[in-house]
Amino acid sequence: MEWDWEFVREIMPMLLDGLRITLLATLLGSILAAAAGLGFALLRRSKNRAVTRITGFVVEFIRGTPLLVQLYFLFYVLPELGLLLSPLTAGVVGLGLHYATYTSEVFRAGIDNTPRGQWEAAKACNLTPYQTWRHVILPQAIPPMIPALANYFVAMFKETPLLSAITVIELMSEARGVANSNYRYLEPMTMVGVLFLCISLIAVPALHLLERRFRPPR
Amino acid sequence: MADWAGYLGLMLDGALVTAKLTVLGCALALPAAFLAGLGRLSRHSTVRALSVAYIEFFRGTSIFVQLFWAYFVLPLIGVTLTPLQAGVLALGLNVGAYGAEVVRAAVQSIGREQHEACIALNLTRWQSLRHVLLPQAAVVMVPTFCNNAIELLKATSVVSLISLSDLTFQAQVVRSQTGSTALPFLTVLVIYFAYASLISAGMKALERRMTRGLDGLRT
Repeated sequence: MEWDWEFVREIMPMLLDGLRITLLATLLGSILAAAAGLGFALLRRSKNRAVTRITGFVVEFIRGTPLLVQLYFLFYVLPELGLLLSPLTAGVVGLGLHYATYTSEVFRAGIDNTPRGQWEAAKACNLTPYQTWRHVILPQAIPPMIPALANYFVAMFKETPLLSAITVIELMSEARGVANSNYRYLEPMTMVGVLFLCISLIAVPALHLLERRFRPPR
Repeated sequence: MADWAGYLGLMLDGALVTAKLTVLGCALALPAAFLAGLGRLSRHSTVRALSVAYIEFFRGTSIFVQLFWAYFVLPLIGVTLTPLQAGVLALGLNVGAYGAEVVRAAVQSIGREQHEACIALNLTRWQSLRHVLLPQAAVVMVPTFCNNAIELLKATSVVSLISLSDLTFQAQVVRSQTGSTALPFLTVLVIYFAYASLISAGMKALERRMTRGLDGLRT
C-alpha cells in the first residue's frame, strides 16, 4: 500500500477538528482531576476514621480498574439511575475522576512535605482550619507539585482516545470514521500517531521548563 | 435472570483472556524494559539512540493508537497478527518503554562507590552489571514494576475494541444481550480490582523475599 499525500491533505481538516475535541476533553478533565484530587487528598486527611477509610478504598478501587470500563459504567449505567450524561460530559467525568486518584497522591505528598513549623505557626496565630489551608499550607504546597501534576495531564491526554468508545467524536473516532468510509487505514492511523507524538514532544520541553520554574529553592 | 449462570461463565472466559494478555504482555515488557533501559546506558551511541527512539516513541503515542496501528496498519505491510498477538505486542512494547525508564533510573541510583569498586576489582562491564549493579537495582525496581504491571492490566481492556473477547468485551456482550447494565459492569470492575490486588500482593511478597538479607545494607 502506497502512502498518499493527497488523501492526507483531504482528511487533515477532519482530524484537526477531532484534535480540538481531544484537547478540550484533556483541558476539562485536567481541571476536574486537579479539583477532585485535592478533594480526595483532604478527605484522606480527615479526622473521622470512617471518612478516611472509605475515601482510601474508593481511590484504590478507581485506580485498580480500567478507565474504559469506568467510562462504560458512566455512560451506560448512570442513565438507568436517571442521570443522563452527554458523551463528552461522561468522558470528562471519567477522565477527571480516574486521574484524580493519581493527583490525590501528588497532593498528599505535597501537603506532607510542608514543614511542621508552618502548621504550628498557623495554630499560634489562631487561624481557623480554613484559613490555615487557604493562606498557609496550600500556597506553599501547590507550586512544587505542578510538574508532577502536569505529568499526569500529559498521561491523560494520551488516554483520551478511549472516549471514542463512548461515541465522543474526538481525534481517534474521526480517524476511524475516515478510515472505514474510505477503506484506507494507513494514513488516518499514522496521522493520529504523528499528531499525538507532536503534542507529546511539545509537552516534554514544556514539562522541563515547569520543573525548572518551580524547583524548590535550596 | 435464569441464564445468569451462563452469562457469568461468559465473563469468566473473558477474565481468562484478560489474565492471559496480562501475563504475556508482562513477559514481553520485562525483557523489552531491560534491553532498552540498559541500552540507554550503553557506551555505543547507536545503541543509545535506538533505545531513546524506542522509549520516546512508545511513551509519546497513546497505547490505543499503537494497538490500532498494530492491528490495522501492520497487515498492509504484510504482517498479519491475530488480535491476541497485536494486543500482546502493543501492550508489551508500550509498558516495556515505561519499564525501561525504571530500569535506567534504578541502575543509576546505585551509589558511585559501587561503580568504583567494580573498576577497582577489575570487573568487566558485563560482570559488574551482572554481579554487582543489577542485584541491587532489582530491589529498587520492584515497587515501580508493580505499578507498571497494574497499568498493563488496566490497558488490556482496550483490546476489546479490536474485537478480542476479553473481560470488557464480554461485559458489552452481556449488556447487549440482556439489556442489564449495572450488573455486568459492576462484576467486571470487581474482577479487575481483584486482579490488581492480586498483582500488588504478589509483588509485595516478591519484594520482601528480595530484600531478605539486605537489611542494614541500604541507607
